[in-house]
Amino acid sequence: MFENDKLEKIQAGEKAYKEKLDKLTQKRPERKPEFKTDSEIVIKPVYSPSDIANFDFEDKLNFPGSYPYTRGVQPNMYRGKHWTMRQYAGFGSAEETNNRFRYLLDQGQTGLSTAFDLPTQIGYDSDHQLAKGEVGKVGVAIDSLLDMEILLDKIPLDKVSTSMTINAPAAILLAMYIAVAEKQGVSQDQIRGTIQNDVIKEYMARGTYILPPDPSMRLITDIFAYCAENVPNWNTISISGYHIREAGSTAVQEIAFTIADGLAYVKAAIDVGLDVDKFAPRLSFFFNAHLNFFEEVAKFRAARRIWAKLMKERFGAKNPKSLMLRFHTQTAGVSLTAQQPDVNIMRTAYEALSAVLGGTNSLHTNSRDEALALPSEESVLIALRTQQVIGYEIGVTDTVDPLGGSFFIEKLTNDIEEKALEYIKKIDDMGGAPEAIEFMQKEIHQSAYKFQKEVESGEKVVIGVNKFQMESPPPEGLLKVDPEVGKRQKEKLEKLRSERDNDKVKTLLEDIRKAAHTTDNLLPYFVEAVKAYATLGEICGVLREEFGEYQQQIVF
Amino acid sequence: MSEKLRVLVAKPGLDGHDRGAKVIAQALRDAGMEVIYTGLRQTPQQIVEAALQEDVQVVALSCLSGAHLDLFPEVVDGLKVQNASDILVLGGGIIPDDDIPALKESGVDAVFGPGTTTTVIIDYIKEKAKVS
Repeated sequence: MFENDKLEKIQAGEKAYKEKLDKLTQKRPERKPEFKTDSEIVIKPVYSPSDIANFDFEDKLNFPGSYPYTRGVQPNMYRGKHWTMRQYAGFGSAEETNNRFRYLLDQGQTGLSTAFDLPTQIGYDSDHQLAKGEVGKVGVAIDSLLDMEILLDKIPLDKVSTSMTINAPAAILLAMYIAVAEKQGVSQDQIRGTIQNDVIKEYMARGTYILPPDPSMRLITDIFAYCAENVPNWNTISISGYHIREAGSTAVQEIAFTIADGLAYVKAAIDVGLDVDKFAPRLSFFFNAHLNFFEEVAKFRAARRIWAKLMKERFGAKNPKSLMLRFHTQTAGVSLTAQQPDVNIMRTAYEALSAVLGGTNSLHTNSRDEALALPSEESVLIALRTQQVIGYEIGVTDTVDPLGGSFFIEKLTNDIEEKALEYIKKIDDMGGAPEAIEFMQKEIHQSAYKFQKEVESGEKVVIGVNKFQMESPPPEGLLKVDPEVGKRQKEKLEKLRSERDNDKVKTLLEDIRKAAHTTDNLLPYFVEAVKAYATLGEICGVLREEFGEYQQQIVF
Repeated sequence: MSEKLRVLVAKPGLDGHDRGAKVIAQALRDAGMEVIYTGLRQTPQQIVEAALQEDVQVVALSCLSGAHLDLFPEVVDGLKVQNASDILVLGGGIIPDDDIPALKESGVDAVFGPGTTTTVIIDYIKEKAKVS
């Protein structure tokens, strides 16, 4: 990008600068012996054209909306429309969560994002023995279509897009969503939304797995195939680095392991005969926005470039939409502190800004009280307003990829890409992500442990925890989930089981059992079963019986 | 007679957040203790059985899903039934201040919230737990 004689001059200038700097730092040492990003990339005092001397603009950057999409997937990004402001919400019963949803939509939120409780995520009904104490706690309890109807009551499913954080039983929740939409008079080709549906990262970092890898991959590819034909506007998977990062990984590990997971899903779908350009346009991603500002911006840009190149070169994808890495971002839950919780508002704002400068397509901002409890309505409002300030007030959305061309950002983007590709190569050599789960878990744990030691030694500063501590009274107004919700769900289930057509439910469950051993797509079977009010636990129970359960290896 | 303290790090309930549990497990191990980690999705009964089988002096429970008030006391009660009340039971995770008195009342010896250093936990265990 730079002429050679110019570059030589710049390099001579850099040499002189270094000499000056050395003299200075001998007299006055810098704050730290070495400055590094979270991924251990060494940061220089300043960057210049010599750091990106052989930079090929077209190959590395190009214009937004053009391959390799480093600068963003749309030509005008936020000048056209803002990212989707989508706050993750859900607790207690379907009634309570429906109220929170409608509150958020009234406040200008533009899409829904559903948190389910753990029994729902692991495919147990609320009256299961293992559901004790967990019903309605970290999300809404959904046992049957009845709950889903209440959850989505008075929400126009032809207008609002809905993201559902559901993985192992994603196909069944999608079936319920389709059934509710149909009752509203909205056909399945009109609904828009996302299911997380990323089971490999559940094995690796999040823990809500049910079935072993093979049947899990089958459910995932069944969803790809069904949606390509019937639900064309649905994001069939949200390949997630968020939880990998929360579990302790670095930024480089986050995108490397996530992209490795993505490659495994694409390969599985191609292996069962799907056309890459039919399903790949609906793949979406989910990343974390952490505190190390510039590294995060560079990470998002590097991820887009890596994905586009791999999809093109490895799988021969031709549809531009297959090459575009579209992603949702959530600010880092682990960066929030229980101490001086209002400071979390600032952390979240900077994290959110990095996601916007990195070209996110959708965003959740965490609330200040989330190191202590589920967020209160007041805290959620501040978090949503934080996004609106970035979008409407500070002008960062007026041009696309405003940090593009910064010597530092481009060098960092290159470094992250290179290091992530090294990991991806290593995982490829092990046979792909499903074979490398324990390797990735070990890497994540080692990074988490290292971080903890750095916090305890004071090398890593956490305001309020190891620096600038003060006694502060515990915050008031924390959200408490009604302890009666478990009891009410049980009663609801009992009533449901006494009122529905149990013979029909039984027949439909047996149909699923039989279909499990064929190559039939399971989605139509799930849709029929949920319409007859078969419960989530009953359907997952059949799958557990036929396919067995995943046993996690203990790695630390 | 074992010289080393033996600790069971356990995840009761359905919560999948095990970053903290694993970090604590390794820190205790690095501090010279024998550490057994149960993995995810343990019922209180399974934890009690593991504690007895592994002959531990400490059970460290981690829960971030909000089910602590239901699950931690069941572990304490289970140990009591087995005449193993001398085992020190510790709790950690996302536990609101308001819930701590009830947990202590039920027999949980101490609760360590977010931001606690591993050193504080190690020192606590070394002071309170008895090597059998």
